Amino acid sequence: MNQTDYLKARFEQLQQEEPGGNLAAVRSKAFSAFERMGIPTVRNEEWKYTRISGLFNKEYTLAADIAALSSNDLTTYQLPAHEEANVLVFVNGIFAEQHSVIRSAGISIQLLELAAKNEYAPIVAAHFDHSSSYVNDGINALNTALLHGGIFVHVAKNKVIEHPVYIYHISDARNTPVLAQPRSLVYLSENTQLQLAETYITIGGSGSFTNQVMEVVVEKDAQLSYYKIQNDSADASQVNTTHIRQTGTSVVNVVTISLNGGIVRNNLHAVMEASHAEAHLYGLYFQQGNSHIDNHTVVDNVVPHCQSNELYKGILDNNATGVFNGKIFVRKDAQKTNAFQSNKNVLLSDAASVNTKPQLEIYADDVKCSHGCTVGSLDEEGLFYLQSRGIPYKAAIALLLQGFAMDILEKIRLEPIRAYVTELIAQRLTAESI
Amino acid sequence: MLLRIHNLQAGIEEKEILKGINLEIQPGEVHAIMGPNGSGKSTLASVLAGRQDYNVTGGSVTFNGKDLLELSPEARAAEGLFLSFQYPVEIPGLSTTNFIKTAVNEVRKYRGEEPLDAVAFLKMMKEKMALMEMDQAMLSRSLNEGFSGGEKKRNEIFQMAMLQPKLAILDETDSGLDIDAIRIVANGVNKLRSKDNAVLVITHYQRLLDYLVPDVIHVLYNGRIVKTGTKELALELEEKGYDFIKNEVNSL
Repeated sequence: MNQTDYLKARFEQLQQEEPGGNLAAVRSKAFSAFERMGIPTVRNEEWKYTRISGLFNKEYTLAADIAALSSNDLTTYQLPAHEEANVLVFVNGIFAEQHSVIRSAGISIQLLELAAKNEYAPIVAAHFDHSSSYVNDGINALNTALLHGGIFVHVAKNKVIEHPVYIYHISDARNTPVLAQPRSLVYLSENTQLQLAETYITIGGSGSFTNQVMEVVVEKDAQLSYYKIQNDSADASQVNTTHIRQTGTSVVNVVTISLNGGIVRNNLHAVMEASHAEAHLYGLYFQQGNSHIDNHTVVDNVVPHCQSNELYKGILDNNATGVFNGKIFVRKDAQKTNAFQSNKNVLLSDAASVNTKPQLEIYADDVKCSHGCTVGSLDEEGLFYLQSRGIPYKAAIALLLQGFAMDILEKIRLEPIRAYVTELIAQRLTAESI
Repeated sequence: MLLRIHNLQAGIEEKEILKGINLEIQPGEVHAIMGPNGSGKSTLASVLAGRQDYNVTGGSVTFNGKDLLELSPEARAAEGLFLSFQYPVEIPGLSTTNFIKTAVNEVRKYRGEEPLDAVAFLKMMKEKMALMEMDQAMLSRSLNEGFSGGEKKRNEIFQMAMLQPKLAILDETDSGLDIDAIRIVANGVNKLRSKDNAVLVITHYQRLLDYLVPDVIHVLYNGRIVKTGTKELALELEEKGYDFIKNEVNSL
């Protein structure tokens, strides 16, 4: 039996259970694409340094037994200020309504399958699966092919959503390994504000693989802040695609914090389709053990006068490996584009490594673009300076690394989340045996 | 005796820089080490503070009764040795306040003392800020990042004031400073002086010594102290230049 036959069986089952409708056709097309392209290998330039084929050497559970999880099971994993937040819970990639709470007026949540048929159908039709034109590979197609239990989040016009939306992805791997494929489409109507914080938790020791696709549409005068915290166990891997379309003049601020996991691949796209849109993409990764972190970003300037700012900083210890690939497209019409990109890395061990690559494709002639990357070890002179003031070696390293991480942490404007991440890093540094 | 350096030899990689230094400093004294570029002044400061790039190949250093060369840089600091850096290091993302608080409390921990409570720390910090004519905004910024030369050196002496060392080594603290900054720096150091602590000023020029008057001046040349005298020696050096020392030594 082929290693992926069970995926086909799942696809056929879903098509039978939920026949008809727009999404059945979308799934069908995506499954053909998956069969044609398969799981990306390192021969694919986009996957040159990230090998995920090994993750498909086993059969995963694709369904979710949501009833098997009690609210108590979830309490352990709550982010700070959970009580006030709007909460969305996914179990094994499937939206779990009974664990989710919407407190703020102005947000509505429903299954994508429903949204595709009701009054939101035009939005879904216009934006769902837009990401596949930017990541044209089998893994992205697989998420769409097995679409089930995904959600549509709608923020109504002129609504400032004061309380953040916390998104929890739980993989229940207590008995079997889990393949979770959460799928969301988030729509910020004109003149809205939304803050998202997202985290990933694998329960149990059988391991998990999360293949997430998150598509976001940001309309005119809307503001999105999006904080992604990846701190799952070492046997939890993920391919995480976040595709943001700025269809109106809007501001987007995304901070991706990656602290643990097996193989973690992030695709983050900002497609800037309206003049004077602003996108700020920040990332901090601090990996140990044999973890692998890969951040692929795309900033696509389609129209004139857009501004983007990218800063990714990484600390890699032990045998951890990292990849940064930052694409910036400036289309022919996108004059007066301002695009900045920087990736800075500190390697704490000889065995740790990083591959970093800026990739600029500029077709306009009146633009400001800059990029830079650095890879180095800890600043010895700084270390000596702190020691010479009485600060012990280990504490001095912790202070230097905290300082290094600071300008990313400062970009988290949701205070409880910033405090939480800062504390995670402080704990890591205290435990660090450099 | 606070510091006793006996026949200290040290270098970097294969190169011998210090070729037998002898120096004794008593509590309450101010010593100055002068000398031409490349004579080994900064090497001496670095070796005393414990910079790892240097190898000590011979001799001994006793500080406050302890074998200094056996101690880690942080233990030297906690024992009461302070080095004001010639080029203070910029540390992005670490505020001066957070840094100095950590340093003060680590030193207290080493000495078996409780950490300072927030009120006591703040009071002490305000006092020392006033001494060095610094403001809160400066201390909230990343340590030395984007500081002017004068601000960096004032920050060094501020740290000295906070840590209250027994021996402060000022390595070319005057280099690159205008006269106002030199006055602030020297004034700060003078106010911190007492009968229990000592200062070792390392400088190329006599200028700083107008404000920070030394009891003893040593001339370092080619890895050795070749002349020791009173403060008048600095004036003589300023007037005649280092060539007169070189000629004197070379003619021996």
